[in-house]
Amino acid sequence: MLIKRAPMFKASEITNPKVYFNRREFITGASAFALWPWGAQEAATPTPTGQLIKAPRNESVSIKDPETKFENATTYNNFYEFGPDKDDPSRLAHTLKPRPWTVQVDGLVVKPKKYDVDELLKLFPLEERVYPLRCVEAWSMVIPWIGFPLASLLRRVEPTGEAKFVEFTTLLDPEQFPAQKPSLLGLSGIEWPYVEGLRLDEAMHPLTLLTLGMYAQVLPNQDGAPIRVVVPWKYGFKSAKSIVRIRLVSKEPQTTWEKAAPNEYGFYSNVNPEVDHPRWSQATERRIGEFMRRKTLKFNGFADQVASLYAGMDLKKYY
Amino acid sequence: MTRRNRIFLKTIVWILCLLPLAVLGYRAVTGDLTANPISFITNWLGQWTFRLLLATLALTPLRVLFGISWQISLRRLLGLFAFCYACLHFSIWILVDHFFNWDQMLADIVKRRYITVGMLALSLLVPLAVTSTSRMVKRLGGVNWRRLHRLVYVIGMLAALHFLSLAKKGRTDQYLYAAILAMLLGIRAWDALRRALRKRRHADAAGAPALVRGSS
Repeated sequence: MLIKRAPMFKASEITNPKVYFNRREFITGASAFALWPWGAQEAATPTPTGQLIKAPRNESVSIKDPETKFENATTYNNFYEFGPDKDDPSRLAHTLKPRPWTVQVDGLVVKPKKYDVDELLKLFPLEERVYPLRCVEAWSMVIPWIGFPLASLLRRVEPTGEAKFVEFTTLLDPEQFPAQKPSLLGLSGIEWPYVEGLRLDEAMHPLTLLTLGMYAQVLPNQDGAPIRVVVPWKYGFKSAKSIVRIRLVSKEPQTTWEKAAPNEYGFYSNVNPEVDHPRWSQATERRIGEFMRRKTLKFNGFADQVASLYAGMDLKKYY
Repeated sequence: MTRRNRIFLKTIVWILCLLPLAVLGYRAVTGDLTANPISFITNWLGQWTFRLLLATLALTPLRVLFGISWQISLRRLLGLFAFCYACLHFSIWILVDHFFNWDQMLADIVKRRYITVGMLALSLLVPLAVTSTSRMVKRLGGVNWRRLHRLVYVIGMLAALHFLSLAKKGRTDQYLYAAILAMLLGIRAWDALRRALRKRRHADAAGAPALVRGSS
């Protein structure tokens, strides 16, 4: 009986002796070539800048679109606490100190608690979710977030029957957030601290992610370290960053952007190509890294999962 | 100013006006156009259009306030550069942001105030650019030419409105530019008023003595 054995390797696979004997130089040269600044968009692998987090990907809620490059997700940010320009957050990120950090979870709950963020990192199994993030300015990114459903934490503190809304508060500290200092041009119209809110069913929705990391590491400061919420079917500003308090309340909280421009930013702010911003269209968006604009999807593509929350609501009225 | 000095001055200003484009080119080559290059380029060009427009509008106020007038010879140069940058700014919008999607663009022009106003400002710059030559000044005659070019005040206000209409709340740049424009136009308005009053006083002193107040 002839038992065929697969050849161990092809002759063509033998390393060229010249390359082999100069392999160290070859690798150095190849790295230099790879590290040449071909363009900010060309950074291939995410450069870990912080503590790594291992979390399995939850494929059932992750989108298949290509992820935005880490460099873009960490240098193009709206985080007005640092300043109004897109590069302010990454430039000034060092002023934020994400440790020690606590999140007060209280309000209309049976078991209020002040959690240390390191406690929260261990409290529930973490998972990675690749979500699209759609900014109200009509650009979007695809980010692999790491966290756990906000619902898990809310169930733990047990909201009472009167709790109807969840209010999120971001850190107020002019030492860490330079733009919170009173300024001459105090015309920015933003009142600090940053406040956001969700209806209780939106907060309890399985898609709503209490987020502690992205790109397999802890959240970079400019992306809302150390803890934020991500509500993928709403405009990005609803995904509050650097949270210090989560409060269950009975009345719809007035959010910071509602206060700044009530005719432009509503409480719900669901991604909706049919409801334009008063001053610009929301029908299309620019996916960062792409040339052509793309059509914006209702509820940012999550219509199947969330449309039922708004059944019967006039989304032009409740924008 | 001597001819040689004027050429030297204009050369310097040419170089300065081209610098923002050079920097943009450099940033393009080194991949430093941010994560949203199209938006960055559009904003860069728009910002420099407005700055050049303000520079053009600042020349006469300098004469009003400080009595210097050598800078006035730069007005056409700066104005045309402002027009040039405005065209580039607009081109990026047609070409790259909308990729010649004419229907979408027409809809935008009509519906979005910041675009309506921007288009109007650009359109009004065209007759100014076209009549910027010395031959045109002669053809129109000084008075008519001056009247036409007063449109630049309207263009300035439209530019300010364009910026104010598109800037997100939380930004403050748009207020700063508008304030500078208001100041520059204010200086001209004050100067015009002052000259009108002075003319009236001289006219009164020269003619109609029977109607003069005071001793007669």
